[in-house]
Amino acid sequence: MLDIRQRTGYLFLAVLVGHVILISAQVQSRSGVRVLEAVTFGFFSRVQAVTSGGINGVRGAWGNYFALLDVREENERLRQQMAELEVRLHEQRALAARTSQLQELLDLQAATTLPTIAAQIIAGNPNPGVRTVTIDRGSSDGLQENMAVIAPGGVVGRVIGPLASRAARVQFLVHGSAAAGALIERTRVGGMIVGVNREPPLMLELISNLADVQVGDLVVASGVDGIYPTGFAIGTVVSARRGDGLYQDITVRPAVSFSALEEVLVVLVPARGVTPLGDPEGGR
Amino acid sequence: MRAAGVLAGLVLALLLQTTIAGMTMAGGALVNLVLVVVVFVALAYGAVAGLIAGMAGGLVQDALAGGIIGIGSLSKSVAGFLVGVLGAQFIVSQPLPRFVMFLGATAVHELCYQGLFALIEFRPFSLQYSTLAVQALINGVVGILAFQVVEGAPGLVERRRMRRASIRRRF
Repeated sequence: MLDIRQRTGYLFLAVLVGHVILISAQVQSRSGVRVLEAVTFGFFSRVQAVTSGGINGVRGAWGNYFALLDVREENERLRQQMAELEVRLHEQRALAARTSQLQELLDLQAATTLPTIAAQIIAGNPNPGVRTVTIDRGSSDGLQENMAVIAPGGVVGRVIGPLASRAARVQFLVHGSAAAGALIERTRVGGMIVGVNREPPLMLELISNLADVQVGDLVVASGVDGIYPTGFAIGTVVSARRGDGLYQDITVRPAVSFSALEEVLVVLVPARGVTPLGDPEGGR
Repeated sequence: MRAAGVLAGLVLALLLQTTIAGMTMAGGALVNLVLVVVVFVALAYGAVAGLIAGMAGGLVQDALAGGIIGIGSLSKSVAGFLVGVLGAQFIVSQPLPRFVMFLGATAVHELCYQGLFALIEFRPFSLQYSTLAVQALINGVVGILAFQVVEGAPGLVERRRMRRASIRRRF
């Protein structure tokens, strides 16, 4: 018969060993489908949607109680119109920036009419500080893994798996494991934008020390990753200084205010079979 | 009954945490409600309960968060177990020692969490001390309030009942 204190120790040891095995298995095969994750996410996303719906219902009813129904609706409509117009503006600017040679090569019409679907953010990440959210659109709405997510300000992030039928997880571009192909709009110098866990939360890497980079330069998506639409704003250069090696140390402030995001647009164009830059699911 | 209460607490904490994080990303980083429940359970019911609550809460949190399942769970299991062991060795029935436990558990959890990530993802270990300090303080305040509510509510009902009975006897 074991002493109770010894049994507690054994239990603790067993839990530790179990976790080490669990983590090791995942590190070796990250691409494998995790049943626990898929089932829990699918179930919990519905609970989150119901909770979010309930809270929004109460908030909406309370706000509209004070005879603000018409003003609120009109305001909402105008905001939606403004958001759509800003998205169109980004598309137009991207088109203007392209050379005539590229315009001949690409299907211009296809590039200007991005099919999108609006989605509402229904929950954040249960782990504090992790920059992913859950949206109320899923595989039944046509969403697929690695589809780009944008907002009127610019690029937000991408859809990461597994998808539920009516919910999906979005990894923000400012996530510590996120990355995307990017270029400086003024000089067309290309590099890679990565999320970092500090302020400002983005860094532009792989830009040569010889390249011309100025504070305030606009950084846009280059599209080389096959996920993010070309020309969409990512952010502006906050600082650029000569690095120790071949490349400059460039920090970028995002164009999108991630803390204030409520609704986003998912670009319904599947990724072009390119391995995404950064960690596919890296999170806390 | 006790297990159901712990389970309900964990589910409620997860729902609140995701709701807060959904409304404001910065706000979600300032409190870890699941950890608060784990420490609460460890202080109230001991090391084994803290260990199991940490494991269960952490696993669900990890599964919902995406990424590697087990890192948050392991961190919370360690924090819950240590708090349970220390809670059995020292008198932690007053708010101040409990507050210290919440602070310590948050620090242990974050160290363990970031350390494991640095180890697995081959990254340099980095800890945002200001965020950790704020989160530890908020976790501590929330935990102490939770103890006040859970321990105070039954007494309050009892006291009110006795007062009513004495008034009735007088008239």
